[in-house]
Amino acid sequence: MTPPPTFLGMPPFPEAARSAVSNPQLRHNLRKATHTIRDKRAHVVGELSDWAELRAAGAAIKDRTLRRLDEYLVAAEAAVTAAGGTVHWAADAAEANRIVADLVRATGETEVVKVKSMVTQEIGLNEALAAEGIRAYETDLAELIVQLGDDLPSHILVPAIHRNRAEIREIFVREMAEWGVPAPPGLTDEPAALAEAARRHLRERFLSAKVAVSGANFLVAETGTLVVVESEGNGRMCLTLPETLISVVGIEKVVPTWADLEVFLQLLPRSSTGERMNPYTSTWTGVTPGDGPRDFHLVLLDNGRTDVLADTTGRQALRCIRCSACLNVCPVYERTGGHAYGSVYPGPIGAILVPQLRGVASGKVDPQTASLPYASSLCGACYEVCPVAIDIPEVLVHLREQVVEGGGHRAERAAMRAAEWVLDDAKRLRTVQRVAARSRRLLPRRAPGPGAAWSDSRALPEVPARSFRDWWVRERSAPPPQPPAASPQPPAASAQPPAEQNRIEEDDR
Amino acid sequence: MSSREAILARVRRALADVPRDDDFPVARDYARAHVAEGVLELFVEHLRDYRAVVHEVAEDALPDAVAAAVGRRGARTVVTPAGLPAAWTAGLAEGVCLADGWEYGQLYEDSINNRPELVEAAGILTTHALDTADGVLTAAAVGIAETGTIVLDAGPGQGRRALTLVPDWHLCVMRAADVVASVPRALERLDPGRPLTWISGPSATSDIELNRVEGVHGPRTLEVLIVR
Ligand code: SF4
Repeated sequence: MTPPPTFLGMPPFPEAARSAVSNPQLRHNLRKATHTIRDKRAHVVGELSDWAELRAAGAAIKDRTLRRLDEYLVAAEAAVTAAGGTVHWAADAAEANRIVADLVRATGETEVVKVKSMVTQEIGLNEALAAEGIRAYETDLAELIVQLGDDLPSHILVPAIHRNRAEIREIFVREMAEWGVPAPPGLTDEPAALAEAARRHLRERFLSAKVAVSGANFLVAETGTLVVVESEGNGRMCLTLPETLISVVGIEKVVPTWADLEVFLQLLPRSSTGERMNPYTSTWTGVTPGDGPRDFHLVLLDNGRTDVLADTTGRQALRCIRCSACLNVCPVYERTGGHAYGSVYPGPIGAILVPQLRGVASGKVDPQTASLPYASSLCGACYEVCPVAIDIPEVLVHLREQVVEGGGHRAERAAMRAAEWVLDDAKRLRTVQRVAARSRRLLPRRAPGPGAAWSDSRALPEVPARSFRDWWVRERSAPPPQPPAASPQPPAASAQPPAEQNRIEEDDR
Repeated sequence: MSSREAILARVRRALADVPRDDDFPVARDYARAHVAEGVLELFVEHLRDYRAVVHEVAEDALPDAVAAAVGRRGARTVVTPAGLPAAWTAGLAEGVCLADGWEYGQLYEDSINNRPELVEAAGILTTHALDTADGVLTAAAVGIAETGTIVLDAGPGQGRRALTLVPDWHLCVMRAADVVASVPRALERLDPGRPLTWISGPSATSDIELNRVEGVHGPRTLEVLIVR
């Protein structure tokens, strides 16, 4: 059996990006998809006159939580326990996988159904369960496409964004029978027919599933309530029908109060799918006798998050609610797609989160990870759309400093290659960025309107006023931190513990 | 040291720069609601945006409206949760209603269903029975106009979550008085201790080339009767 695909061993961003950019079909798909979602987002965000206030409140609630995270986690644990749930704590991916595998084994089952969950991709749960003889079935349509196609997700919200309908049909026809109910004869590539095939493929599995694994979008400390936001109903199936539910949740997902959801349930759907509200949102607190699972387990996961928290500039990345708006506006993501980032967390958020989760501050990351903070032109569009106001450009610059300080020539080389790629149309970019840098000082602090195209409304005083290229030229003219070695070797994969080498990403919308 | 203690210790170390009595302010100057008038009209408009089928009916016309909807749909079996007003189903033929006996906070009442083969334990319909039913009729807890959302909270006439998930057609009765303007107003009225399902249109996916397809795993048709 061939090993499952992983992001491990991906080439550094520049090379991966170059090959993606030279694929016109992929670029076309990406451009269409990202532009469609970003237009929808702009429309529904424009409906709320108080978007700026909601965004500020969203950022502040997350900061408030993160600054007393230990207390909120303890409160959440107490509330979940009081409501009949069981709480487990996992320091890293290996521990989380072990906890989940043991819980599944205790039920006597060898199959689990899964709701789309980035955190379980981050920890490589499916592979870990497979090694224990437990098969995990992805039930989100896009995740199903990715799983059946033996593929990797490339977008937070639409993980199969890189596949067109003909490819999806082909994957269904070829693979569904292997995994369960086969594709119907004469399946066309109409999206409705493909969705129907997925419905039939998964139906019996849902109705007979005994164990489900999910992530969560939010965990309310005050009440112990978990929240899952979704569209297809596969989430509801997994959260409702099985007897045992195991939710793996990053420690940064906690929010203090029930009322705080009034902010996030407005920010998230509009930023994510560009809808006023996603079709289904489920909330549950512990167990409810007679309704839904009898056994509920919450696995609270660290896996590098406390390292992110320790960095006073970088910790704002933990505010992220995984809406994917920053991907859809990113000119680099639009050209390269998600795979080039080599992680479950692609795009601008991946460029700041992944290096931190993998320990870039320690100076011991692989060239692929070290290249991520350079996967950006620092244009600032990501910051502008971010519903929790994460200043991604600020963190990128901060991480570049860490790469240069910690990584010596190797990191610099990676950086240089990234710069070469990003700047391959250097003249045009230089002009654009100079104009942008100037306008940054002139424009008002707040974006003129959410409907404005990002390129016209780059009001970002927090971004360093010099452009990436200016920064790069300046950095290069500085003496290098280390003389180049004769034959630089990339660091061995074993330089890091296996858990951290696993894909880094996270979930669920 | 347990992982629990280790993680909490790491969190505290990571927050060395933050005072222990930190009280980071959250400005709540966002709107409690974005509309003051025309709340019900907006609710209907947004439901229709999601391609839900919407009818507005008077209270005394409800039994006829339910019967008409069931007739249009050609539904021969409709799941009805405990606590559903008997009047709502008065217009339906004998045997159409499949009663589920579960009530929030009141476990396993005696079987109230006269079709024992469909019942799993003491009044609870089997998942298979739900899967072969033609639809489900429920009440609702709260409606949200700005988002076109219906919230079910397992209260009387709403039942356990599976009831509104497995059948392919959901006929939902929403009282106009329970429709609020906004998400903040809805959360004020909801009890987090209950399992909640927020429904905004039929289940949908945009995973294939971003084409919206209605109806993946949840009910493919959502029909709403709004009672003035
Ligand atoms: S960083 Fe902001 S915009 Fe990007 S996914 Fe996270 S919350 Fe959304």
